[in-house]
Amino acid sequence: MDKIVIIGNGISGVTAARHIRKNSDQPILIISAETEHFFSRTALMYIYMGHMRFKDTKPYEDWFWEKNNIDLLFDFVQNIDVENKMLQMKSGAPVLYDKLILATGSKPNMFGWPGQELNGVQGLYSYQDLEKLEENTKITKEAVVVGGGLIGVELAEMLISRGINVTFLVREAQFWGNVLPEQEANLISDHLREHHVDLRLNEELDEIIDDGNGQVKQVKTKSGEYIDCQIVGLTVGVSPNIDFIRDSGVEVDRGVLVNEYLETNVQDIYAVGDCVQFKQAPAGRKAIEQVWYTGRIMGETVAQTILGKRTAYHPGPWFNSAKFFDIEYQTYGWVRPQFAANESDFFWKHPNGKMCIHVVWDNSTDEFIGINTFGIRLRHELFDQWLKNKASIQLVMSELKTANFDPEFYHHYEEDIVAKFNAHTGMSVAIKPKKWWQKLMTN
Amino acid sequence: MAEINLSISGRKAQSLNLVQKLGAIIGLVAIGIILITWGGLTFKNNVLWLSLLLSCIFIGAIVYTIGTYKGKTAGIKNDGVFHRSHTSRGVVGWAAGIVFTAFYIFLYWYPEYLGYASGVEGTNQGLVALFDPLSMFFKGKPASQWFVYGTLYTAIIISLGIKFIVKYRNNRYQVTRTIVVIVSQLFLAYLIPEILAGMNYNDAVDASGQYLGWYDTDIKNVWPLDYDFFYNWHMDAMQAPAYQPLGMTYLVWGIFLFAIGTPIITYYVGKRWYCSWVCGCGGLAETAGDSYRQLSSKKLSAWKFERWIINLVLVFVSIMTLATLYGYFMNTNSLFGLDIYAYFQKPYGFIIGAAFSGVIGVGFYPILGNRVWCRFGCPMAGYMGLIQRFKSRFRITTNGGQCISCGNCSTYCEQGIDVRAYAQKGQNIVRSSCVGCGVCSSVCPRGVLKLENGPEEGRFGNEGPIVLGNDGFKLDQ
Ligand SMILES: Cc1cc2nc3c(=O)[nH]c(=O)nc-3n(C[C@H](O)[C@H](O)[C@H](O)COP(=O)(O)OP(=O)(O)OC[C@H]3O[C@@H](n4cnc5c(N)ncnc54)[C@H](O)[C@@H]3O)c2cc1C
Ligand code: SF4
Ligand code: SF4
Repeated sequence: MDKIVIIGNGISGVTAARHIRKNSDQPILIISAETEHFFSRTALMYIYMGHMRFKDTKPYEDWFWEKNNIDLLFDFVQNIDVENKMLQMKSGAPVLYDKLILATGSKPNMFGWPGQELNGVQGLYSYQDLEKLEENTKITKEAVVVGGGLIGVELAEMLISRGINVTFLVREAQFWGNVLPEQEANLISDHLREHHVDLRLNEELDEIIDDGNGQVKQVKTKSGEYIDCQIVGLTVGVSPNIDFIRDSGVEVDRGVLVNEYLETNVQDIYAVGDCVQFKQAPAGRKAIEQVWYTGRIMGETVAQTILGKRTAYHPGPWFNSAKFFDIEYQTYGWVRPQFAANESDFFWKHPNGKMCIHVVWDNSTDEFIGINTFGIRLRHELFDQWLKNKASIQLVMSELKTANFDPEFYHHYEEDIVAKFNAHTGMSVAIKPKKWWQKLMTN
Repeated sequence: MAEINLSISGRKAQSLNLVQKLGAIIGLVAIGIILITWGGLTFKNNVLWLSLLLSCIFIGAIVYTIGTYKGKTAGIKNDGVFHRSHTSRGVVGWAAGIVFTAFYIFLYWYPEYLGYASGVEGTNQGLVALFDPLSMFFKGKPASQWFVYGTLYTAIIISLGIKFIVKYRNNRYQVTRTIVVIVSQLFLAYLIPEILAGMNYNDAVDASGQYLGWYDTDIKNVWPLDYDFFYNWHMDAMQAPAYQPLGMTYLVWGIFLFAIGTPIITYYVGKRWYCSWVCGCGGLAETAGDSYRQLSSKKLSAWKFERWIINLVLVFVSIMTLATLYGYFMNTNSLFGLDIYAYFQKPYGFIIGAAFSGVIGVGFYPILGNRVWCRFGCPMAGYMGLIQRFKSRFRITTNGGQCISCGNCSTYCEQGIDVRAYAQKGQNIVRSSCVGCGVCSSVCPRGVLKLENGPEEGRFGNEGPIVLGNDGFKLDQ
């Protein structure tokens, strides 16, 4: 039986292993140099903030692996010998494989700033980064976080939970400006300020300054300002973690290059998750998508191919979610920061400034394109189906009550939303009463 | 005290701010009054000290709440839970556990050490005497240890319930259910029964000084949680002529609620209507115990143990009650030659009624989490759990593929349900033990969980191994 070796015990590698094991007895080995067991990277912030212990972030109890006959190896792969199908390890003996899945994830970007090697300067990706942060914030009073994306906000929230003042440098004119339309970006900016984040838009890091002992003492910004700090969080995005793969013969660019079957150029070597770059991006999607969900879907998919049912990667309609301090965010379909000529949009915001929705549709066909929702939960299943079926904006708006996923007893705003929508667009959508949501599912 | 890190987990503990310290000190005054009277001191002016005690409980909790949440935005407030000693099984947690446990041991088995009837001619002393004025006010007789317990219990549910409401004020499910639980405790469990006793509808003596008996007048205390409902003395008291028509009403209501009301309501909304909306044990767990919910074990082994033990208790209470009813209707004290009191009622009362529900159930809050009794022991929970699992419209719906496996839901599930294990597979949570507290849904940072009642069809959610979001293939299995 073929021995399957997976490098990386994150969501993508582990999902692949589980799905292979479900249908086959072949030997599976997962290698990681980060933690012995799979944990949820998305929960790193909650460990630091004291909401959970590390062990609470492990989705499976430690006995799970042995019970399911999945071998684990805690070591670092230094090199892949594709000729001999062998992995050179940092400490242990070489590992042989018949099939290899690369699931090596990402690493934080570092853009070569002067001073980025100083003590107190760090990214946030791995468990080791978290340990470093714990160490770095022992006596910290002030922090600078660079980069206005999701991990930056999480880092800001973490630091603030320990009473550290945070200055947040964001290069764009808006928070998360390459993803969010202006209205949403403003709503989040206001919320960050409410949490005492010193948010600096249109501001970039220029240099990190040494205190003379190899420790950060200040940053200098592009506008020439000096900001005192004892820690600098660099959260300017991540890139595929593929350094050890570069010379192996497996073709890489920014990530490991794969076709739609997640196959690399080398026979029997596959790649999944954050480290992947598609030679040809799936329709409507990016070539590199570093989110939890795509990692999981790739893991499910590659398992089928390994099991002998060669299966192409076909993610369903795009969805994502995040949380900015107190405000939850969900998105279904595409709401881009700038709208195309064929796109119309409608934005609704609650007077409390903590809830909004933004819908986008095609103005010639009325086809629903996407929705952003902040502070209101919506049903994934319904939006998934509406996006696949090319539902009209009128249908979506009329069924908003059923699509709501907020807990019971919450205030509802659908009437107001639809009334304003009608006023804004001149349409006359009649809002339908709430139904049991599965009644709207047609397949 | 607060600055010293006593946490076993060894992280930096956040120190209390000034207002929190003030609240804590006021709370400590209350605890101090309890401890010194428990220790045997009898005050001269019980009215004064009792007023001080109750005021300190309320004011202390309110001041502490203000200190904790003032100036903070509405949202999830779990920062530092695992850094603080008393909420992460640190030294303070263990100390609290020991004090709570000791209190229950005295309450059940050594009330005289709390001062109950320990003075000359059976007068109260110490802690129990402290509550005499209030008891006199309600029903014209001195307090019992149970009156002390009921009063403190109610005061704690109200005061810490207010803290809970402020803490979860972003979530209207939490706010609504906590108001209901406070009102249930205050009126149904405390005021109405005490007032009825005061009106001689219960716990009374007749003109000749003959004691007429006592029965439970908390309309929501239903068999099998109220395991002595069918005991001879309870049945007799409900039928005592002096208590009519109220006594019989309670008898009929008790049977109706157990046999018809409970299954019907549980079918429609799940066991939460009871466990986290009206029940007194649940009320205490949700308010006083909220700080300890993360300590419940999520291990599979704990779940296996739970399924055995809770169903065994249900079997135990059923057998005990059948024996009791047999004795009652056959007018005998024994069944198959076994004394019904000695072999059925007494062991149940001791092991389950007192040791499990009180000593372990509440005493161990800071060690095992706040729902030990509700999860492992409560026969009412066991009974409703069977309905909830097999014939109910209630489920916790998982929102498609949105789960990021972070683990907040499982960590904060007081019932030790590994919610994430379901959510990350896109499955709904259909579990007999879920008390519907809704905290998993509150703490989920991705809006993945929703408690809802709907058609039984499709109740379990995603059936396949593939989670929503993958259009590549369907597995034909
Ligand atoms: C703080 C944070 C919050 C996030 N929050 C969200 C979120 O809310 N939603 C979302 O969708 N996404 C989120 N993400 C992104 C998401 O976590 C990633 O997309 C996902 O974890 C990637 O999974 P993966 O399996 O591809 O790789 P990883 O989880 O990175 O796993 C790769 C593993 O491989 C190991 N490895 C790599 N090379 C070697 C080698 N040579 N030898 C041995 N081991 C090796 C690594 O050490 C690592 O353990 C977040 C990321 C971070 C850092
Ligand atoms: S809290 Fe929400 S996102 Fe986190 S594991 Fe539970 S369901 Fe998933
Ligand atoms: S599953 Fe959720 S609602 Fe049920 S008991 Fe656990 S936390 Fe409460």
